[in-house]
Amino acid sequence: MSAAGSSEGALRTAAPSPFAYFASATLKAFNTNKTSWIGLVVFLIVVVAAILAPVLAPFDPNDQNILEKLRSPTLEHWLGTDSFGRDTLSRLVFGARISLIIGVVSTLAAMVIGTAIGMLAGWHGGRLDTVTMQAMDVLLAFPSLILGLILVAMLGPSMVNIIIAIALTSIPPFARIARAPTIAVKEREFVDAGRALGYSDTRLLVVHILPNILPEILVMGSLWLANAIRTEASLAFVGLGVKPPTATWGGMIREGFENILDSYWLALVPGVAILFVIFALNLLGDGLRDAIDPKLKGEA
Amino acid sequence: MTTFLIRRLAFAWVTLFAVLTLVFVLVRIVPGDPAQLILGDQASREAIDALRQRLGLDLPLSKQYTVFLLGALRGDWGVSMISGQPVIREVLRVLPWTIELTLVSLVIGILLGVPAGVYAAIHRNRFVDYAVRISSLLGLSFPPFVSAIILLLVFAIALPWFPVISARSGSVMAWYQSITLPAISLGLISAAYVTRVTRSAMLEVLSEDYVRTARAKGVPWNVVIWRHALRNALIPIITVVGLYLGILIGNSVLTEIVFSRPGLGKLLIGALNQRDYPMLQGMMVIYTLIVVLVNLLTDLAYGFVDPRVKLK
Amino acid sequence: MSAAAPAQLPTQLPAQLPILAVRNLTTAFRVDDEWTTVVKGISFEIGQRETVAIVGESGSGKSVTALSIMGLLPAANSRATGEILLEGRDLLKLPENQMRHVRGNLISMIFQEPMTSLNPVLTLGFQIAEALIYHRGLDRARAEAETLRILERVRIPSAASRLHEYPHRLSGGMRQRVMIAMALACKPKLLIADEPTTALDVTIQAEILELIKLLQDEEGMSVAFITHDMGVVAEIADRTVVMLNGNAVEQEPTAELFARPREPYTRALLAAVPRLGSMKGRPAPQRFAIVDPVTGATEIVPDTASTAALTERPVLEVAHLVTRFDIRSGVLSRVSARVHAVEDISFSLHAGETLALVGESGCGKSTTGRSILRLVEPDSGTVLFEGQDVRALDRAGLRRARQRMQMIFQDPFASLNPRKTVGGAIAEPMIVHGLLSRADARDRVSELLRKVGLPPDMASRFPHEFSGGQRQRLCIARALALAPKLLVADEAVSALDVSIKAQVINLMMDLQADMGLAYLFISHDIAVVERVSHRVAVMYLGEIVEIGPRAAIMENPQHPYTKRLMAAVPVPEAGRRRLRRGLSTTEIPSPVHEANYVPAPRLYREIGPGHVVQAFDA
Repeated sequence: MSAAGSSEGALRTAAPSPFAYFASATLKAFNTNKTSWIGLVVFLIVVVAAILAPVLAPFDPNDQNILEKLRSPTLEHWLGTDSFGRDTLSRLVFGARISLIIGVVSTLAAMVIGTAIGMLAGWHGGRLDTVTMQAMDVLLAFPSLILGLILVAMLGPSMVNIIIAIALTSIPPFARIARAPTIAVKEREFVDAGRALGYSDTRLLVVHILPNILPEILVMGSLWLANAIRTEASLAFVGLGVKPPTATWGGMIREGFENILDSYWLALVPGVAILFVIFALNLLGDGLRDAIDPKLKGEA
Repeated sequence: MTTFLIRRLAFAWVTLFAVLTLVFVLVRIVPGDPAQLILGDQASREAIDALRQRLGLDLPLSKQYTVFLLGALRGDWGVSMISGQPVIREVLRVLPWTIELTLVSLVIGILLGVPAGVYAAIHRNRFVDYAVRISSLLGLSFPPFVSAIILLLVFAIALPWFPVISARSGSVMAWYQSITLPAISLGLISAAYVTRVTRSAMLEVLSEDYVRTARAKGVPWNVVIWRHALRNALIPIITVVGLYLGILIGNSVLTEIVFSRPGLGKLLIGALNQRDYPMLQGMMVIYTLIVVLVNLLTDLAYGFVDPRVKLK
Repeated sequence: MSAAAPAQLPTQLPAQLPILAVRNLTTAFRVDDEWTTVVKGISFEIGQRETVAIVGESGSGKSVTALSIMGLLPAANSRATGEILLEGRDLLKLPENQMRHVRGNLISMIFQEPMTSLNPVLTLGFQIAEALIYHRGLDRARAEAETLRILERVRIPSAASRLHEYPHRLSGGMRQRVMIAMALACKPKLLIADEPTTALDVTIQAEILELIKLLQDEEGMSVAFITHDMGVVAEIADRTVVMLNGNAVEQEPTAELFARPREPYTRALLAAVPRLGSMKGRPAPQRFAIVDPVTGATEIVPDTASTAALTERPVLEVAHLVTRFDIRSGVLSRVSARVHAVEDISFSLHAGETLALVGESGCGKSTTGRSILRLVEPDSGTVLFEGQDVRALDRAGLRRARQRMQMIFQDPFASLNPRKTVGGAIAEPMIVHGLLSRADARDRVSELLRKVGLPPDMASRFPHEFSGGQRQRLCIARALALAPKLLVADEAVSALDVSIKAQVINLMMDLQADMGLAYLFISHDIAVVERVSHRVAVMYLGEIVEIGPRAAIMENPQHPYTKRLMAAVPVPEAGRRRLRRGLSTTEIPSPVHEANYVPAPRLYREIGPGHVVQAFDA
């Protein structure tokens, strides 16, 4: 038997463990586009700030103090106060919690459900695929913000309902995003090989196809999280956010908008905060997306 | 081509019916009696019953559905509970404003976005490319009401170049005054989307074999880009722009609020806050019609650009 | 800038001056801030009216050489040094706007993939006329007239109607003709052809090669032909340059090269190339005599007896197999047509025997393999595997049966899950079928890796760390995990380099001798088929037109299609350049028929022991 190794190029001598391999692959992905690090860091800072909100906030966010109302930034109130005398900085930090919780939970839910739908549709093809995707298309075509607005208005603006509404409007994009690579991977020979080896459909989907489409789904997840946060803020801005007096960034902008002529920072500060979080997540997701595409081609 | 069109039209009708049904269901899944919610806890039994009858809520569900569907198709979308006017009239009154804003924003987006995207793709990984990528990413990170507020603060409040309330009053100058800030606010975000998709489509196309063939023929580089490459890149660009229009319409709602501009957005918010069911139903119908129309136009656009589509 | 004509060089050059002289060309690429040299100082010349073949396996640098000549390398990340003299003018020193006038005008290039090399949104006429407009300054009308003439010269039928058509209407062979038309529009002095026929079927390839030769004569131009196929080299090249890892290892007139190869690598390459006709007189399949590319040492191959167990019951018996695919169209998605992929196929296969299914694209050989394994469900017919009707099995039964019949696919890169270690991939079938525990499976994986010639400690690596040939070995190991009796090799070696192909084929033949495996060897490469098969079945439009012992089919083909197929195969022996036949333009028809088409019944005649031919009109 001819020694195949020598005539076909040398391999590295030490074989890394699968875990080390994935860790280094992730690191390489982040390093492809260095801006994804910035995105990650900023986002983590916001997450930490939100978790530590009770510690970081100098005041109780709902503490009203009419005497101090509408102050511009001072040493005591770094970001000033709103029309009820509440400290803007404290409300900002607590508002981060709402945005993050709603954003993360709704995106995760949509990711799991949408991916399942998309994978099943892509895998089975035929009638199931056509019908499902047309249903998804109908939902996708409709402006998601407006659909979300109507859903929340119907169900009533509570945190749970907002999460449900955002999750529902996020499912079709995830289904689409999961379906296309499922179809592509389904055609690759190793899936046929698996069928020829007698593997069940479930095994093929979960063990073979899912790990191969997971990077795309995760990248989409981070980008969609940005979108979910934006939607939540939009809902709050329109008056359909979590009910006051709970501090939400969108709600703060709404209240600030009423006083825009004299105290413009009330609307500006939370607006900039939202912008930063969304931008950070977009940097993160976009940078990772760059890493994925050529990599897939290189491996395939 | 005809089969293609028939299929798309059929799909459009199906979508319309599906959404109308969805609207019908949504509006009625609200917990509690709508009439009671409107009139409040103190209302008398007779008042509630009278309102229910007026709204047609006492009929069996299936009858309500038929009435609703037939009405929608005939153009009778009920009467707004806030203003007492027929819903369709209210909608048609403000529709032109929204369409105008959407179109102008889209045009700005395309005029800025396509050249920027092409330019970034040609100079891939150089400084220009990075600048374009970061700024377009920033652009589409803006929640539309934040960009609107910033523009308002800078150009209407700090610098009194534009009015704070943007409603036309008859002359070209007035029109310009009322549309500029809202359109720029939306247009910059649109430009960000268009730039991204143009860039990625161009990069994709520039790596295709037929571009290599064109170069091997000795075709000048700028012709390769604009005639050989961009025409092919238009296909995915059209797709994304078509999808984006849905987002744009949603964003216009927020922009209209910030700039106090008449349009569907204001109507919608009012209806949501007041639970004006007939108005909500009517609004969903109009939004669906717009979306369906956009899809059809997108498909037609494909037919122009991609010769392979004509076959079907 | 107006499309000015380039500076005119005197048309009558002294006979000795070569059209192209490459001196010490070195090309390097930058990837992730590191420069890698891909072409290492090669030199060669192409004379007037001469055809020079540049031969090498993947990674040899032959395509990069061509791109360096044309100046089509990515400017930012590449660097080419040396001299490339086109009739005395150094192309490497030309600024881009002058180089542009050379491309498509003095030197033209055609590429490997005709399906993607034409712009889908521009008409064919325009794409050809463009070269004329830019280089010759013709206006639209004159350019179109000239385009029509060129299309006729490349023998495209109904040329006038093609002018305004789009590429998607044409087949691969037709598109390649259009590419040639585009390249020759301005009558270049040199045509560079980069693997132009590799993606085409054998009969189409023969026609395109004929066309290139004919046009070369008519135009008096030189040709640089890049290929990995030694048969094609023998057919058309006056001189040959052999490249390995960026070096020009040997350059000789072609006849010399084939008759007396000097370098060990050249000898290794030639030894790995199967020659149609070399198996005359040898009844059993034969391993390749591998030559070591470094030392030149030749393996001695003993004559092996046939491994076929012809006396026992056949492992596989296929009778009247039919598989069709529906095509739906129209508003209501009704079935408007069907693809008759497999029509009434019957054959049998014994343990230790190799039956080859040969044919060109669309003939249904791949679908036959898949239908037998029920990866695609057949419409009718019986498939008896070890006496059991495969089509009648339920899911559990099919799972069990699948343990004993396996498949190896064409693309070694797509055949392994990139996210699983290779050890895991090989062990998986055994674990899934509950045959072994995880610990035992590990041992078996080591055993299997050894069996296919790979070191067992590679089990924890991932597929992308292996080369194409190694991956194919891994796929074989995975297929062997369940101890199958039947192996369907669907173009299993077609994507491999020449020398690797020979090694993998040797491996397969060793395994056959060792384990008594039956192979259904699906391939379009007739020369390889000649080496490895006991019996051959020729397929055309979903039907078997001829089947019999290998010697009978190769030496005594009866059916007209079989004859045409055999005649089209390029033979890698110098001095075997065939006489030029009249140029024809065949298209390979597709087996698509309308929905209610009922195929006519076919008659078969037996004309020799085991040699059956489909009746044809004489």
